[in-house]
Amino acid sequence: MGQISRTVGNVALFAAFLSFVNLHLARVATADSTLVTDISSRLISVNSDFTGAELLLFGSIKSDSNLDSFGHDDLIIVVRGPHKNIVVRRKDRIAGIWMNTTSVEFTEVPSFYAIVSNRPVTEIASAGTLKRLRIGPERLNFHSGAAVDASLPFQEAVIRQKSETNLYSDQEGAIYFLGDTLFRTTIELPANVPVGDYVAEFYLFRDNDLVSAQSSPLFIKKSGLGRAIFEFAHNYAILYGIAANIVALLAGWLASIIFRKE
Amino acid sequence: MYSQKVRCADRFKIQKFKKGPARRMTVYLPIAEISVNLFLILGMGGAIGLLSGMFGVGGGFLMTPLLIFIGIPPAVAVASVANQITAASVSGVLAHWRRGNVDFKMGMVLLVGGIVGSMIGTWIFTILKSIGQVDLLISLSYVIFLGTIGGLMFFESIKSMISSHRGSTPRKKLHQHYWIHGLPFKMRFRKSKLYISALMPLGIGTFVGILSGIMGVGGGFVMVPAMIYLLGMPTSVVIGTSLFQIIFVTANVTLLQSIATQTVDVMLAILLMSSSVVGAQIGTRFGTRLRGEQLRAMLSFLVILVCAKLAFDLVVTPDDLYSLSTVGAN
Repeated sequence: MGQISRTVGNVALFAAFLSFVNLHLARVATADSTLVTDISSRLISVNSDFTGAELLLFGSIKSDSNLDSFGHDDLIIVVRGPHKNIVVRRKDRIAGIWMNTTSVEFTEVPSFYAIVSNRPVTEIASAGTLKRLRIGPERLNFHSGAAVDASLPFQEAVIRQKSETNLYSDQEGAIYFLGDTLFRTTIELPANVPVGDYVAEFYLFRDNDLVSAQSSPLFIKKSGLGRAIFEFAHNYAILYGIAANIVALLAGWLASIIFRKE
Repeated sequence: MYSQKVRCADRFKIQKFKKGPARRMTVYLPIAEISVNLFLILGMGGAIGLLSGMFGVGGGFLMTPLLIFIGIPPAVAVASVANQITAASVSGVLAHWRRGNVDFKMGMVLLVGGIVGSMIGTWIFTILKSIGQVDLLISLSYVIFLGTIGGLMFFESIKSMISSHRGSTPRKKLHQHYWIHGLPFKMRFRKSKLYISALMPLGIGTFVGILSGIMGVGGGFVMVPAMIYLLGMPTSVVIGTSLFQIIFVTANVTLLQSIATQTVDVMLAILLMSSSVVGAQIGTRFGTRLRGEQLRAMLSFLVILVCAKLAFDLVVTPDDLYSLSTVGAN
């Protein structure tokens, strides 16, 4: 394979993704250009005063001097987060009361999905390419047992609610080019960002064709006291329950002692 | 030169100091997995603690909906509130105990029923969860019980307020005789000035336990009126005794939830505790100054308010008909 596709870390997890990109590039790539990218931080710690984080994504595009096609270069950057199975329920009015009636379960839905591009993605690439690369929340693969047209409103509800909580975002024209080759952009990770494994994907398009792609792993982890509490709760559930009760008893006792002296 | 340098350093320090507290206003909850405003949580804990001390209710029926409203996952809210109520109740019980307002004998009998009942309640909850519609069941049972109890208490307390205002208080009978007084296993409860069958508090404890198992609260808002109107206990003893019983019911819920669902957020519970125990102490002082019927009128008003809000939510068209939930979290 002649195209260049470098991973920064040798992470086995992304081998599958890269081979997919390589296959795709074998079909479309004709121009020679190099994409060098990096992220400001690969490990984001969520500690007790975590209020969200700003992720800086940057890199450079080395254009082939023969082609002189700079200016037609387009970039799409996607950061997607831990995939989870979710159930979407719809309420209907029965005898004057709103209650859950129908539900659809989706598998492998990204908990976080942010996309940044230098112009609207539909102008950058064909619908088929976007669909294949799952670029844009509405082009995510929502797998469910239900029929596609029946599950569509449920899928829209997922995107709507995730967007409202800033977990899904789509920024057009938010990539800044510095000079001919350098670019940078930022993605906001909100305070409610779920912990887990993330991927940052960089796609370089030239004249509507994908010419280069990169992906980098990114981890969001709990740290400090929060992590200790979380692990205690999950690994020693009975002890945790007893400890929680002891804390409660002591807190109540302590408060009554403090107040008795008045 | 020198003084200029110092001034610069001072200015830098001030800036840094100003930035510090602003950043620390939020706190990350490890089990709920979200960041919340520290003062919002402390304020909610304090306010609910105040009510808890005044009325002898755990406050779960107010706290849980509030936490869900600010974005805490419902399962985490229910489990963590149980843990917090334990602390608030301990603090409240000790304050009442010093005033001699706890009937431990009655509390123990109620508790035996409460433990059995909460097991039955949790069992019913699990079955209904597997069928679905458990949220609706919770809302409906809240509306029915809060509505009934709040309404009854409200009218009764207004009536006794009016009659005490007129000064023509009808002479109260020491106790009224119903068929229940013919039941066997009579026990003497000195603190409550009662000589009744143990089956009565046992039955009430069980019934309230079932409700708290289904509704995920301590059950004080059901227990308090039941003790006043069904058992005929004096209001002064009711509150301390109810709190005593709540300690064990909520401690049991905390333990069971820790084991079964890992949804007890100690960080959230400690924040709520630290402010609610203080609130409960202040509330207890307020409570002892107020008259019984005034207390009951205020509590019933609160209960009706929550009931109305829940009923409104059931009937009014929701903003979003769809709701998301993660399957098999953790």
